[in-house]
Amino acid sequence: MKAAPFDYHLAENLSHTKNLLKEYGDDVKLIAGGQSLVPMMAMRLAKPSHLIDIARIDELQLISSLEESIRIGAGVKQCVLENHPLTSQIPLLSAVVPWIGHHQTRNRGTIGGSLAHADPSAELPLIAVILQAKIHCENIDTQRINSAKDFFLGPMWTTLEAQECLTHIDWPIWHGTGIGYAFEETSIRQGDFAMASAATQLQVDASGKLMRIHCGVGGMGGTPYSFEDMTSPLIGQTLSKELIHGFSEQAIQQTEPATDLHANAAYRRNLAKTLLRRTIEQSLAMATSSFQHHLR
Amino acid sequence: MKNISINLQVNGKQVSSNIEPRTSLVDFLRDELRLTGTHVGCEHGICGACTVLLNGDPVRSCCMFAVQANGLEVTTVEGLAPERGQLSKIQDAFCEKHGLQCGFCTPGMLITCQALINKNPHPSEAEIRDAISGNLCRCTGYQQIVDAVVFATKETS
Repeated sequence: MKAAPFDYHLAENLSHTKNLLKEYGDDVKLIAGGQSLVPMMAMRLAKPSHLIDIARIDELQLISSLEESIRIGAGVKQCVLENHPLTSQIPLLSAVVPWIGHHQTRNRGTIGGSLAHADPSAELPLIAVILQAKIHCENIDTQRINSAKDFFLGPMWTTLEAQECLTHIDWPIWHGTGIGYAFEETSIRQGDFAMASAATQLQVDASGKLMRIHCGVGGMGGTPYSFEDMTSPLIGQTLSKELIHGFSEQAIQQTEPATDLHANAAYRRNLAKTLLRRTIEQSLAMATSSFQHHLR
Repeated sequence: MKNISINLQVNGKQVSSNIEPRTSLVDFLRDELRLTGTHVGCEHGICGACTVLLNGDPVRSCCMFAVQANGLEVTTVEGLAPERGQLSKIQDAFCEKHGLQCGFCTPGMLITCQALINKNPHPSEAEIRDAISGNLCRCTGYQQIVDAVVFATKETS
C-alpha cells in the first residue's frame, strides 16, 4: 500500500503546468487534492512517473460571477462549495456537497479533481451533467470547452488528453421564481460510494405548470444519465403523482446498471427509480411552495 | 527519482527533511518524526485513523504525500495536550466516558472531535455523529465516543 516512486513537480501557475505536461508527455498525472489519486497510487492502480502538483495555483482557485453562470476554478476545494456566497446561485451544487465523501476528504478534494476522475457513482459528475455545466480544458496550444454530457466517456474516462489540464467549470444560473431542486443517494455507509443517486432541478410557472426539468441518475452505468431527451412530454403539464411515477419508470429503463457485491442490477434499477421519483416530487414541492412564498 | 526538501510546522515546531516524494504524510510523521500517535489503518482514505489537522482542518494523512504539506501546519494527536503528561479536555473526556476500547481509532477520533469543537463549541448529538461518520471504530464503541464529546462540551464542564 505504498505508491511507486515518482518525481514531484510543484506547478507555479497554469502556463508552468502546461509546459510541464508537455515536457513529461504520457507518463504524468496532475494532483490537486489527491483524494482519489493518492489511494489509486497506494494500490498501484496508478503509477505515474511524474506528479505535477497544481494545488497552489491561485488562478485555479477562483470563483467568479459571469452574466449567465458561475465560474468555478478546478482547484476549488469541495468544502468551499458548500457555503460560498456565489455558489448559492447554484443551489443544487451546494446541496450535494455534504454527500461527497467525508468532511475530512472534502477539506482536500477539489471540484476539478472529482470531474476529471469521473467515478460513475460520484456526485459532482451527475450534477454537472444535469445542470449542463461547461468544462474548460487547456493544453499548451489550445483551449476547449466541453459540455459535461460530452465530457464523460465511461467509468474513470473523460475527453481529457494526457497533456491537458481541466481549468474551470461554468455552471448556468437559473433565474426566476418557481425553481425547485433535490438530490438523493443511497450507499452502504455515509460517505461511501453511491449504489445509486438521483438529482432533479425544475421550474414551474405561477399556475404550477412545468416550464423545464433537468434530471438524471448516477451509479447506474459508466457515466451519469440525464433524461433530457425524454422530458418534452412533461413540459406544460401539471405533474401528477402518476405522471412522475410513469416518467421515472420509463427513464430508468434506459440505464444499464452493473451487478456487484452490494446490489444486483434489478435492485439498483428499483432503487434509482424510487430516488428519481423522490427528487422530482421534492423539487416540485419546493418549486410550488417558493411560488406561494413569493406571492405572500 | 529526486528527493525533495520540505519545511513544515508539526505541533508548533518547525521541521525540515529531505524525503522521497512518494512518502505519505502519515509515514513521514511516524517514520521520520517518530510521532507514532497517528495511526495507519486502511491507507486509502476509508477508516479515518490517520486524521490530522492541516492548517486547522481535519484531513486524511494517508491520502496526501508529505511534499504536499510543505510550508503548512500539521497538528497530530501528540499536539492536543497543553503540556507533556497532561490531557486536553477532549482526551480527558474520552477517559472519563470510556471513549476507547482497543484504541486504534482513537487518535483519528480525537483529532476529528477536536476539529468539530473548534468550529462548534456545543455540538448536538446529531452533529457529533455526523462529524465522526468518517472515522471507523471496529470495537463499535461509538456511543461512548459521542458521550465523551457531549461531556467535554457541556456548559458546566
